[in-house]
Amino acid sequence: MEDYSTVISGFGGQGVILAGKILARTGMETGFQVTWLPSYGPEMRGGTANCTAIISSELIGSPIVDNPSALIAMNPPSLDKFKGTVGEDGLIVVNTSLVDEPEERDNVTVAGVPLNEIAQEIGNQKAINMVALGAWAKFTEGIDLEDVVRGMELTLTDMGKERFIESNGEALKRGYGYIK
Amino acid sequence: MSDKATSVKKKDMTKVVGKPDSMNDTHFSYCPGCHHGIINRLIGEAIDELGIQEETIGTAPVGCSVFLYKWFDIDVVQPPHGRVSAVATGIKRARPDKTVFAYQGDGDFASIGTNNSVHAANRGENITVFFINNTLYGMTGGEMAPTTLIGQKTTTTPGGRKAKDFGYPIKMSEMLARLDGPTYITRQAVYDVPRIKSAKEAIVKGFRNQIEGKGYSLIEILSACPINWGLDPVEAVERIKDEVEAVYPLGDIIDRG
Amino acid sequence: MGEMQLMRGNEAIAESAIRAGCKNYFAYPITPQAELLQWMAVHMPEVEGGTFLQAESEIGAINMVYGAASAGERTMTSSSSPGISLKQEGISYLAGANLPAVIVNIMRGGPGLGNIQPAQGDYFQATKGGGHGDYHTITLAPSTVPEAAQLTYDAFDLADKYRTPVTVLADGMIGQMMEPVELPERKDREEIPQKPWATTGAQGRKGNVIKSFALGGEDLKAMNLARFERYEEIKKKEVRSEEVNVEGSEVVIAAFGTVARIVKSTIRLAQEDGLKIGLFRPITVWPFPGEQLNELSKRVDTVLTVEMNSGQMVEDVRLSVKSGTETPFYGEVGGVVPTPGGILEEVKQYV
Ligand SMILES: Cc1ncc(C[n+]2csc(CCOP(=O)(O)OP(=O)(O)O)c2C)c(N)n1
Ligand code: SF4
Ligand SMILES: [Mg+2]
Repeated sequence: MEDYSTVISGFGGQGVILAGKILARTGMETGFQVTWLPSYGPEMRGGTANCTAIISSELIGSPIVDNPSALIAMNPPSLDKFKGTVGEDGLIVVNTSLVDEPEERDNVTVAGVPLNEIAQEIGNQKAINMVALGAWAKFTEGIDLEDVVRGMELTLTDMGKERFIESNGEALKRGYGYIK
Repeated sequence: MSDKATSVKKKDMTKVVGKPDSMNDTHFSYCPGCHHGIINRLIGEAIDELGIQEETIGTAPVGCSVFLYKWFDIDVVQPPHGRVSAVATGIKRARPDKTVFAYQGDGDFASIGTNNSVHAANRGENITVFFINNTLYGMTGGEMAPTTLIGQKTTTTPGGRKAKDFGYPIKMSEMLARLDGPTYITRQAVYDVPRIKSAKEAIVKGFRNQIEGKGYSLIEILSACPINWGLDPVEAVERIKDEVEAVYPLGDIIDRG
Repeated sequence: MGEMQLMRGNEAIAESAIRAGCKNYFAYPITPQAELLQWMAVHMPEVEGGTFLQAESEIGAINMVYGAASAGERTMTSSSSPGISLKQEGISYLAGANLPAVIVNIMRGGPGLGNIQPAQGDYFQATKGGGHGDYHTITLAPSTVPEAAQLTYDAFDLADKYRTPVTVLADGMIGQMMEPVELPERKDREEIPQKPWATTGAQGRKGNVIKSFALGGEDLKAMNLARFERYEEIKKKEVRSEEVNVEGSEVVIAAFGTVARIVKSTIRLAQEDGLKIGLFRPITVWPFPGEQLNELSKRVDTVLTVEMNSGQMVEDVRLSVKSGTETPFYGEVGGVVPTPGGILEEVKQYV
C-alpha cells in the first residue's frame, strides 16, 4: 500500500479533529502504522482547526509532512492554506457547499463534494466530516469503505456515542457514493 | 469605514457609537458571549473619560485576555502567570505618577498568584486591580479554579467540584476586605445595562482612587465563559444570576476612600 | 501486555504512570500538557488510595510531591516549560533529600511565556541541574507515544532504585499526537520496592528524617559525595541510546525526542536521493551517552546535531566525539518544528 497522509481542515465545530481520529483508528485496525496530530491551543478558538492523519505500511517518522497525499478542505481558508502543499498524484476533497471548486492542478485530483447539502439530506448536519471521509475512501487502495465504517464505529463506541453510529454510517456511504 | 471613524471626537459632544479612543479597531478574539470583551471596553471608556490614555500602564495576564495589548492603544506589560499584582507594584513604584492597572483572571489572581495578590492588597499598593471571575480556567481548557462552585463540572472535576477533595469557592474579595491595606473592594457584573453602568462607575472609581493617591482598589467582575460552561451566551447570563451571584453577591464590600 | 490502543502522548503517559503504581499526582493546568491532568482527574480516583489533586500552582504541586515522596509513595507531577521553571526549587530539594519522584515536562516554546508549540529549549535546564546546587535528575527523552509510555513506567523504577527525581522530557508534539500504544501491565503492590527510609510514622523504629539540610561542611560534603557515587553507577548502568542506519554512513545526525523521529523520515527521503545518512539518538539525555557517541564518531566524518532550540545538546555532542569530527548544528526555534525535507537540505551540505 502507498502511504496516506491526510490533512483535514475546517472551522472549529466541523468535526475536523474527530474525522482525523477516525482515519487513524481505521488505519490501525486495518493493520497499518498510524499517527494523528492536531493543531492545538487558543488559535483554534473560533478559527480554523486542522489535523494530520498518516496511515503507512512502514514505521512513521514525522507526524507532519511537507506534502500530504490528500487534503480534505471543509471551508475556504483551509483550501487557501493547504491546496498548494498537496503532493504529486494527490487528492483534494473540497466542500463545494462553501467553496468554489479549485482549478485542476497537474497530477492532483480534485473531488468537489457538497458536504453540507448531503449531510442535510440525511438529516444530520453534524455529519459533514463523515461525508468527506466517505468521498476520501473512494480513492484509496488497501483501505475500503467498510474499514472506515468500522473505524468510525469503534471510535464512537469508545466515546460513548453509539447513538450516532447509524447516521454517520449513512453519511460515509453517501460521500462514497457521490464520487462517480 | 472603520468603527472609529464613526465616533464623534469633539469635546462638547457625547460619543454615541464606536470604540473608546484608548482602544483600536483590532477585533477581540474572545468567544461569542464572553464578558472579557465588555470589561475591556469599559476599562477603555473609563480611561477616555478620565483622560489618562497617555498616563496609563496596563498589564496583559496569562489567560484568555493575554491579547489585551492588541486592542488598547496604551503601554502594556505582559507578566508571568499569577504575578500581575507584583509586576504592577514594580511598575507603580518605579513610576508613581502613572496610573497602573492589573487585569487578572481568577486562576491568575486567586490560585497561582494568591500570595502576590494578598500582599499587594495588604501593602495598600496604590494600584487598580481588575479581577475577572469566570469560575474556571478559560484559556487552558476549562479546568477547575479555586472560584469554581461546588458541584460545578469542569475538565478536572468531571464529577463536579467536591469540597472534601478540592475545598470551597474562594471569596477573595471578602478575604482581602479583612485586611487593613485596601481602600476599595467591590464585586460587579456586566450582563445587563444596569450592571454595566454600575461596573463602569466602579472602574472609574478604582482609577480615581489611584489618581488621588488613596491606595489599593479591587474591582471583581463576574464574567461568563459560555464555551467552557457548555452553555449558550443567554444561558450563561442566567447562570450568573441564578448560581454564581448566590455564592458571590454583587455590591461594594469596603469603601474607605 | 494488553491490546493496542490509539492514545495521545499525554494520555499514554498518565495511564502508564498509574500502571507503574503512581498513587499521588499533583499538578497545575498548562498547555500542551492539559490532557495529562485531565486524564488523571478521571482515572486517578479509580485507583485504590489514589490521589489526584489540582494544586494552586506549580510551586504547590512540586512541594506536594516532596511530601508524598517523603511518605514513601510513588508520586508524579507534570507540566510544560514555564511551570517546570517554577518547580525548580522543589526539584532541587527532592534531589538534595534523595527522594524518588517523576517529573514530566511537555516542552513548549520559550523563554518566558513563549508559545505553546513544541520545542526543546529546556534541554540545559533538564540535564544540567535546573535548580540551585550540585545535582542531576535522570532525564529520559521519548520520541514516540509508545516510548513515552514505556519510559514513564521505567522512570518510577529508576527513581526508586537510585532515590532520585527522574524527568521525562517530551514536547508538545509527543504530548498532543496519537499513536497506537500497547500499555505496560499494572504493577502489583509487591513489585514496588519497600522504603524503610520513608516518614511513615516511627512505629517500632527510630525516627526517619527527610532533609537536604546539613549545617556542617563535612556533613554536606558527605551527602553530596554519596549522591555523586550513585550518579556514577547510573552512568555505568542506565545509559540508553539508539543508532539507526549508521553502518557505512559518513554523516550521522544526532537528535533526541521529536526531532529524532523526524530524522527517521529524513533518512528515508535521503535514500530516495541515493544518500546514506544515519541517526544517533540519546534516550537518556542525562546521563548523556557520550561513550557510545565517541565510539560512533570514530567511524564517521560528520555528526550534525539537529534540535528545536538554538544549540544545547550540541555542546554534549562536541564534548563526546573524537577530535577532528565535524560537528555542525541546525536548529529550529520559536516552536517551529523542522521538516524531513528541511533537515535533508541541511544534511546535503555535508555529504
Ligand atoms: C507558570 C504557568 N502555569 C500555567 C500556565 C498555563 N495557563 C495559562 S492561562 C492559565 C489560567 C487561565 O485562567 P484564568 O486566570 O482564570 O483566566 P481566564 O482564561 O479564565 O480568563 C493557565 C493555568 C502558564 N502560562 N504559566
Ligand atoms: S474560553 Fe471563556 S473566557 Fe476564554 S474567550 Fe472563550 S468564553 Fe471567554
Ligand atoms: Mg478564569
